[in-house]
Amino acid sequence: MCVVFSFLFGLSLMHKKMEFPFPDEVLEHIFSFIQSDKDRNSVSMVCKSWYEIERWCRRKVFVGNCYAVSPRMVSRRFPEFRSIELKGKPHFADFNLVPDGWGGYVFPWIVEMAGAFPWLEEIKLKRMVVTDESLELIAKSFKKVKVLVLSSCEGFSTDGLGAIAASCKNLEELDLVDCEVDDLSGHWLSHFPESYTSLVSLNISCLVSDEVSFSALERLVGRCTNLRTLRLNRAVPLDKVADILRRAPQLVEFGTGTYAAELRPDVYSDLAGAFSSCKELKSLSGFWDVVPDYLPAIYPVCSKLTSLNLSYATIQSPELIKLVSHCPNLQRLLVLDYIEDSGLEALASSCKDLQELRVFPSDPYGVEPNVSLTERGLVAVSSGCPKLMSVLYFCRQMSNEALVTIAKNRPNFTRFRLCIIEPRTADYLTHEPLDVGFGAIVQYCKELQRLSLSGLLTDRVFEYIGKYAKKLEMLSVAFAGDSDLGLHHVLSGCESLRKLEIRDCPFGDKALLANAARLETMRSLWMSSCAVSFGACKLLGQKMPRLNVEVIDERGPPDSRPESCPVDKLYIYRTIAGPRFDMPPFVWTMEDDPSLLLS
Amino acid sequence: MEVGLKMGFEETELRLGLPGGGEGGEVVRKRGFSETVDLKLNLSSSKQDTSGMDPNDEKVTGLNKEKNLLLSATDPAKPPAKAQVVGWPPVRSFRKNILATAIRKSGSDESSGEKVAFVKVSMDGAPYLRKVDLRMYTSYHQLSDALAKMFSYFTIGNCGSQGLKDFMNESKLMDLLNGSDYVPTYEDKDGDWMLVGDVPWEMFVESCKRLRIMKGTEAIGLAPKAVEKCKKMS
Repeated sequence: MCVVFSFLFGLSLMHKKMEFPFPDEVLEHIFSFIQSDKDRNSVSMVCKSWYEIERWCRRKVFVGNCYAVSPRMVSRRFPEFRSIELKGKPHFADFNLVPDGWGGYVFPWIVEMAGAFPWLEEIKLKRMVVTDESLELIAKSFKKVKVLVLSSCEGFSTDGLGAIAASCKNLEELDLVDCEVDDLSGHWLSHFPESYTSLVSLNISCLVSDEVSFSALERLVGRCTNLRTLRLNRAVPLDKVADILRRAPQLVEFGTGTYAAELRPDVYSDLAGAFSSCKELKSLSGFWDVVPDYLPAIYPVCSKLTSLNLSYATIQSPELIKLVSHCPNLQRLLVLDYIEDSGLEALASSCKDLQELRVFPSDPYGVEPNVSLTERGLVAVSSGCPKLMSVLYFCRQMSNEALVTIAKNRPNFTRFRLCIIEPRTADYLTHEPLDVGFGAIVQYCKELQRLSLSGLLTDRVFEYIGKYAKKLEMLSVAFAGDSDLGLHHVLSGCESLRKLEIRDCPFGDKALLANAARLETMRSLWMSSCAVSFGACKLLGQKMPRLNVEVIDERGPPDSRPESCPVDKLYIYRTIAGPRFDMPPFVWTMEDDPSLLLS
Repeated sequence: MEVGLKMGFEETELRLGLPGGGEGGEVVRKRGFSETVDLKLNLSSSKQDTSGMDPNDEKVTGLNKEKNLLLSATDPAKPPAKAQVVGWPPVRSFRKNILATAIRKSGSDESSGEKVAFVKVSMDGAPYLRKVDLRMYTSYHQLSDALAKMFSYFTIGNCGSQGLKDFMNESKLMDLLNGSDYVPTYEDKDGDWMLVGDVPWEMFVESCKRLRIMKGTEAIGLAPKAVEKCKKMS
């Protein structure tokens, strides 16, 4: 990409000098090699004619915050796009911090595109409210749609899915990732007509109904010979898995349903045989309710596996150790903390290609640890796995010493998310804050893009972050810091910061107001249960017309309390679309109008 | 442990005046914007409310306690039963639910029932659904307070704790149902719609699948069961 870019740079200079005015078609052809959104945005800023050429040939549009721009603005600027990706609610919505009804509705976008973009091929949505009405409109309006990805979305039922299945004859990918779907029944699958064979990827793992239409599923799988990815939901019993796999031995990615059944040798050998016939399998997931005796059925495919999601598998460490020792090519592992330190040590010695590890808590609300998973496991993996770049780790104890060791071992971390379950937990060895440990992470891991903090932390850790984390794009903070200085360090020091989300920290008005201009260079800032006053929110709204300053407060209108009273939740994002009008009664957007200062 | 840094606060260039320190403290600003902002506006000058930024202030911790049921950070001994903090630890709902049901299915004795119980709450006339985790509350009183807050913009009458207590009193119950007040109802495991408050709290949490806050007049059909139960209890 760098080569293309320097070439383009030279080209732009020549173009500007009018020495070699290139015909638009040539430039368009060159631009077609540029896929990344960031690069395309840069290209469009070279000069007016490049802006024009680029906008006509941009095929993929990415909108990181659906309220940053209006659907009309997008369709006006990019008249020929084929693919759209939209993100709605802030990330903390995943943890129920954003009240229902806040917003993020996709319907207005579908309406805007329905008329003008009948050739739309890809729709990718994240954290948006998608209704059956929206799905029906998609099905009706976009006959060419190939890819529909709904990630962490909600608001629709299997009826809407049925409409998609019935009408979208060119659909290749239907991917429901962690959505909340009103699962009325499995019959929607039979809405795919018998003539429909184009499915390449189907992920229905988040559907919760106990009913699923097996015959429709089997027939669908059987006739779609290009199927590469199939992720079933929990309702599909283990004895059906063999049937399905036999119809689709070409699968590359597979997610089982429930992995439990009565122990029967015929079911076992059926299953093992079916797995053996899948020579292309690289990724496995599912594994709800695992009965350990059935695990060896997957051993034949383990040596080729690069991705394994066992985060629903409630199996103990010895079984997990046996399993991972069969997977030397593993690059990505999601697992519960049942794996324990000993399992992670085994992982560190068998899986030298590991790039991403996520360890989830089996008992997140328990006060006492139910498993022996500590900082030792993370230290082991960080020293044993040279390619490890991305970590999400839930544990109950941590030390600065361990964090420093981890940082020194793995300076190539790009994502480091550590969640020490009890808020404000100190270094268990020294009882000090974990400032130095996280400081080491940001100091040594120079390519760090994403960081989540936890444990006992003072303003010092933010000083380190502001000083060293120059490539950091997303930071999540909870129960940390002492004063506004902490927030100020981050806002003034982290040059690449795009998303900042904070909860339960004593950060208030001063740091926010002093760094207001910085907020326009970020996508968004979320602050809940902090100390930002309503007065400061109003001021920020008035002074920064290109920011939407949303106060979210379920206690009632903020002006029914003194201005110095802290707001419950605050969501600030840059926008060129102005304030939105689809807010529920508990959300207020601060006015732009400076004359309101007097009221 | 050598990070090679010497970070004393006195070495930083900036001093953001902490509340209560001096005359609002010195503020050295890096950004041009700050010149246009009078940071004394309504902030440090307003009455005793420099407190807005002081983490130890009653107001802030009061707010936190009210919303998040936080335990005191200075408490060294962990109590046996912990109040849950909203959204912490940051585990997504579908993960929490799956684990709970997995433990139940495997017949483990470790778990004392589901750790979370998210149910949808709809209110007649409100354009969107809400969700509540019933395990966050320990009584009908708490639940009704929370519901009242969530739907305060739509409540015409009183959907508060008083309303639920009234269920226990037959004559007041009939008044409530005859009025234009809103009444919480729920769908139980058998698919029947019942009035909230007619069974012991724990039983309610186990059996409630979804909540619907309906107009009193519409809930009249559910009254006979509730009235019968009232009679049995009194």
